[in-house]
Amino acid sequence: MKRVLMICAIITVLTTVGIVWVLFSESYTFFQHVSIWDFLTDTEWSPLSTNKHFGILPLLSGTLLVTAISMSIAVPMGIIIAIYLSEYAPKKFRYYIKPLLEILASIPTVVYGFFALTVVTPFLQNYIPNLAGFNALSAGLVMGIMIIPMISSLSEDALYAVPKSLREGAYGMGSTRLQTSFNVILPAASSGIIVSIILAFARAVGETMIVTVAAGNMANLTADPRETVATITAFIVNMSSGDVQQDSIEYQTIFAAGVTLFVFTFILNSVSFYIKKRFQEKYD
Amino acid sequence: MEKLSIKEKKLEAINLNVFYGAKQVLKDVNIAIKANTVTAFIGPSGCGKSTFLRTFNRMNDYVEGFRKEGDIIVDGKDIYQKMIRVEELRKKIGMVFQKPNPFPKSIFENVAYGLKIQGIKNKKLIEETVEKSLKQSALWDEVKDDLKKSALSLSGGQQQRLCIARALALEPSILLMDEPASALDPISTAKIEDLIWELKQKYTIVIVTHNMQQAGRISDNTAFFYMGDLVEYDETKKIFTNPEKERTQNYITGRFG
Repeated sequence: MKRVLMICAIITVLTTVGIVWVLFSESYTFFQHVSIWDFLTDTEWSPLSTNKHFGILPLLSGTLLVTAISMSIAVPMGIIIAIYLSEYAPKKFRYYIKPLLEILASIPTVVYGFFALTVVTPFLQNYIPNLAGFNALSAGLVMGIMIIPMISSLSEDALYAVPKSLREGAYGMGSTRLQTSFNVILPAASSGIIVSIILAFARAVGETMIVTVAAGNMANLTADPRETVATITAFIVNMSSGDVQQDSIEYQTIFAAGVTLFVFTFILNSVSFYIKKRFQEKYD
Repeated sequence: MEKLSIKEKKLEAINLNVFYGAKQVLKDVNIAIKANTVTAFIGPSGCGKSTFLRTFNRMNDYVEGFRKEGDIIVDGKDIYQKMIRVEELRKKIGMVFQKPNPFPKSIFENVAYGLKIQGIKNKKLIEETVEKSLKQSALWDEVKDDLKKSALSLSGGQQQRLCIARALALEPSILLMDEPASALDPISTAKIEDLIWELKQKYTIVIVTHNMQQAGRISDNTAFFYMGDLVEYDETKKIFTNPEKERTQNYITGRFG
């Protein structure tokens, strides 16, 4: 029995190692054709056209644009919800509403994607005339809503864990509930909140279906949220489902893009891990 | 004990009953506390002394199921009246807790906190108040070069004096202390006790303590609580040498506790 458990553990580790290996070895072949410098600085990404360019910047900008929009929704909303649940809401309400919020996170992302494409975009087009049918804005907004529970749930845990004695200290000096929440509790829980934001950021960067469905697939170096963009993930999906020849340079772009994404989320996870470790036990 | 005139009464409880849900924790307590004295509340755990202390700045408001009958009078005003703003009340009544609870901010910011939440922006005034408060709490010499350091880097005893400075910065007239030295070592405890002795000149101090010697050393008057009853309230000297009630005598001499 012990062996079975160990094999299970080993399988997951081996899978991870395998994925990383394939990612890096395939992109190694890619980088023998395209220099890393070109990859990082070329402002065009057109692996399928006759005049091929392999600059990751348009995909990166598309990814960051959608991520930025989603974070601008999810961070303030998530933190405000967390403060409400932890400091204001009656116990019973908190007990029921927290799992409900988490349902938001369990809706399949493809549903969010179609919601963005068929509901949010037409709605926004009433107010923003130049909004493309596929655009970064709707995808970002809807993704923001999807990510709210990630931030609110983890942040709420962090806020709730702030010792009662700090709250009493603040109330004892004549702070209102609002002052206590924002001036004392929020800073005291900041490490947990930052971790939740970073994890949500990593999730937004890696999110695939919403952007594939609603943001389009046109590598486009722009900061204009009304335009069609392609994110790294959306590119990978489209490329994998298309009919490019295996072992061709076009095929290998998938892995180059994958490595970029991997490095990105790996750094984010490491930072959040470090912050968690570093600040965790300040109050024990 | 001498009878106090209305003017001399700083704090007063009149026929106070306190309940947590169905449980009665204070039974018909009457007490009048004179300005610029130190009053010690003593009694075994669960006797209601902490709860009583916390009615004076309404810290029990947040406790689920809290209910009270009777009146609490501070400076001649019933503080449980609807028109009283509890935040204003707490600025007048400083509180120091059992466990030091500095905010996760710098030493300076901790003491400046009370002024800042009142919207005071005058930098010079804030700096002066911080210095004055830290001097009053006998912490200034130890921290004057590290005001920007995190308050959490201080020792437990220093943290507690910081919490006292933080309360003093608001210039309250009353200081409520809930076992302020119970988590500290003997040297820090001695410092806090000296401090209380000093602060008496300007503040009315009420201190809950488990430590009988401490009550004897620092207080003018002592109130002994048992199972929610105020058993005896008199000059500390009298309570400790010649109490009227047998129950007080037994507690003081350590026959139960």
